Amino acid sequence: MDATALLLSRLQFAFTISFHIIFPSFSIGLAAWLTVLEALYLKTGRPAYRTLFEFWLKIFGVAFGLGVVSGIVMAFQFGTNWSELARMSGPIQGPLLSYETFTAFTLEASFFGILIFGRSRVPPWFYLFSTAMVALGTTLSAFWIMANNTWMQVPTGYVVQNGIYVPDDWWKIVMGWVPWVRFSHMLMAAYLTGAFCVAATGAWYLLRRVYKDEAHVMLRMGLGLGAVLLPIQIFFGHLNGDYVHDLQPAKFAAIEGRWHDEQPAGEVLIALPDPAAETNHYEIKIPVLGSIIGSMSLTSKEVGLTSFPPQDRPPVIIPFFTFRIMVGCALIMLALAWIGSYLSYYGRLERNRLLLWATFLSFPLPFIAILTGWYTAEVGRQPWVVYGVLRTAQAVTPFLTAYEAAISLAVFCSVYTLIFAFGTYYINRLLRAGPTGTGIARAAVPNRPISLAGDQNPVGAAGYAPAGE
Amino acid sequence: MVTFWVVLLAISILLYVLLDGFDLGIGILFGFTRSDARRDAMVNAVAPVWDGNETWLVVTAVILWGAFPLVYSVLMSAFYLPLIIMLAALILRGVSFEYRHRAKRSRWVWDWSFAGGSLAATFMQGLTVGALVRGLPVVDGHYAGGTFGWLTPFALLCGAGLCLGYSLLGAAWLIQKCEGEIREIAYRQITWLALGVLAFLIVVFAYALADHLRIIDRWLERPYLFVFPVIGALAAGVLGASIRQHWDGLPFTMVVLIFLAAFGTLAISFWPYMIPFAITIDDGAAPASSLAFMMWGEGLFVFPLMLIYNVIAYSVFRGKVAANPHHG
Repeated sequence: MDATALLLSRLQFAFTISFHIIFPSFSIGLAAWLTVLEALYLKTGRPAYRTLFEFWLKIFGVAFGLGVVSGIVMAFQFGTNWSELARMSGPIQGPLLSYETFTAFTLEASFFGILIFGRSRVPPWFYLFSTAMVALGTTLSAFWIMANNTWMQVPTGYVVQNGIYVPDDWWKIVMGWVPWVRFSHMLMAAYLTGAFCVAATGAWYLLRRVYKDEAHVMLRMGLGLGAVLLPIQIFFGHLNGDYVHDLQPAKFAAIEGRWHDEQPAGEVLIALPDPAAETNHYEIKIPVLGSIIGSMSLTSKEVGLTSFPPQDRPPVIIPFFTFRIMVGCALIMLALAWIGSYLSYYGRLERNRLLLWATFLSFPLPFIAILTGWYTAEVGRQPWVVYGVLRTAQAVTPFLTAYEAAISLAVFCSVYTLIFAFGTYYINRLLRAGPTGTGIARAAVPNRPISLAGDQNPVGAAGYAPAGE
Repeated sequence: MVTFWVVLLAISILLYVLLDGFDLGIGILFGFTRSDARRDAMVNAVAPVWDGNETWLVVTAVILWGAFPLVYSVLMSAFYLPLIIMLAALILRGVSFEYRHRAKRSRWVWDWSFAGGSLAATFMQGLTVGALVRGLPVVDGHYAGGTFGWLTPFALLCGAGLCLGYSLLGAAWLIQKCEGEIREIAYRQITWLALGVLAFLIVVFAYALADHLRIIDRWLERPYLFVFPVIGALAAGVLGASIRQHWDGLPFTMVVLIFLAAFGTLAISFWPYMIPFAITIDDGAAPASSLAFMMWGEGLFVFPLMLIYNVIAYSVFRGKVAANPHHG
């Protein structure tokens, strides 16, 4: 095993998966929102819903495409760079990921074509059904990915035979408490991402005093959904903390910045952890709160990092800070959603430019929260790839050379930078052009597919041509 | 249960080759087309379905991982660089579908990505199959050939051959799907492509004989294998006739038959090996508890559904696409 190849492989996995997660987390929420819009439009016939649908569909198209192409890489990367993991845990992770592809990926891909190109070719109910199937596919996909990752975090339901992890209780692996708590946390995060992107776009249009009808719908629905979901999300976050506390104590200690066993334990709000000295600098700490958060008790003993041998400790600085950034993002979003919904209920939101600005600028927060949350979970799992069972260093492809890994990392970095730069540029241009750039017929008749010029052409039929051309 | 997964794996690979084959092939032919209107029409002939087609590649990869983890780990790690290039190529061509519609000044970037990505991905796929036929060095369940162990003239030849083969599929799809100028050009190209593929097959066969590839022995042991080349030859005959007579519906079916014949030949000459002469199907198979979990859910119930979605997607977009697409 080549140490440089290991490091580069880890960097490559971190880079490609971070890039990938941005798009599904956006498109899971967006697919659900498109389904709601299409259903509302079929029910009420209100043109704003249809305009919004066509508008967000185009943005969904770009994000979904980026999610698909960066997702294909993941299906191969476990084998190219982590062949030992693939061989040993393949009997468990392979079936879980194959369920993801079978139940989700194909569903999304097949109905996505109808969503983008097929409006004029299918009856309205079938179009709504296709939208719902895409949304269902993205959700199922998230479930299986979380089930797979959960097995790496909390391996269960298996026996070891000849160095291979052989599953003997699939019910435990798939239907356990941990995968469902983690899936719920991820799904809420995706819905919040969609909600805040939609709300931010609405706020931006109101600030520019354009597309008022559509902007109001976006702002109200986005912030309203955020106001309802954020407390639920924080509750699921707490449940996630519980499983980490019970099943991954070293990760929990790293997140808490707790170096030594404490009874009762304090809660470090903020500090600068110093791994060399095994202590924190500039620490702000609340006594006893650590025991309350960890065990709902005033007197419990909480484990510190020094209780684990050094070779079994995760890095501290990354999980410690990423966790705090994630929580910070959630609290800011909660404040925005609640204040915004309150003002909107009394019809005063539109005049409050400060809050509109804050909402507009909040769109990166859900993405930052998702990335930092994942960094907390994944870096906190180290030095294990399968927690407590298989070390990351033993999982890497044994004969991978540093220069092969360097080439692949360079290839992925350059390709992803190129497609990300253009993708965000095109999404930005779509957002700037606004909902009325869609080219859909103004005199829309509710419940009837709209005939357009160039109907025989599937591209033109879905209003697929670039806005503003 | 192992047999069940071998069959599903074979169906998935075959569907991938046929379906993504024609859209990759159109991507290659796109590179030889100058006119913007014709390029748009070619992209439109595959845009609604390419994503579903490429899904079968992922299906293949995850069936391998779940049902044959040893084979997955050996193949993926052995073909490190070819797979990385293939993935990068598939990414670039995949985003091109969306981006070339959005781009104004930078359109040429995505036109290049579409054509170049299709070509590179196809070449790498052919190369890996060629290297497998040639035989991979495997010791104790690990690939042992080094960074370029797969790089042989035979593998390169197979890479080029698959580019011709996918282009042939692509041209046949264009004949079936398009009208006017595109169809006429496709008819001209298909003649040369069909001859090219024929020449390639002869060269590969001669090379395999001359080089005493072990796979040839299996042919002499199993003469019934020759039924596949015979099917292929008959299909090639009908293909020739349909090209001369301009029967739009036939060429694609005939090219599919030729691919089926080639696939059948390869699959049966590999049997019972998955990685020839190193890892057999039974060596590579996952434990029964994994295979059963996969079979009783996704295998028996979801797999037929996947086929149904594909049929729905294709039937929604059946019929010819317009020759001169309209950009509103």
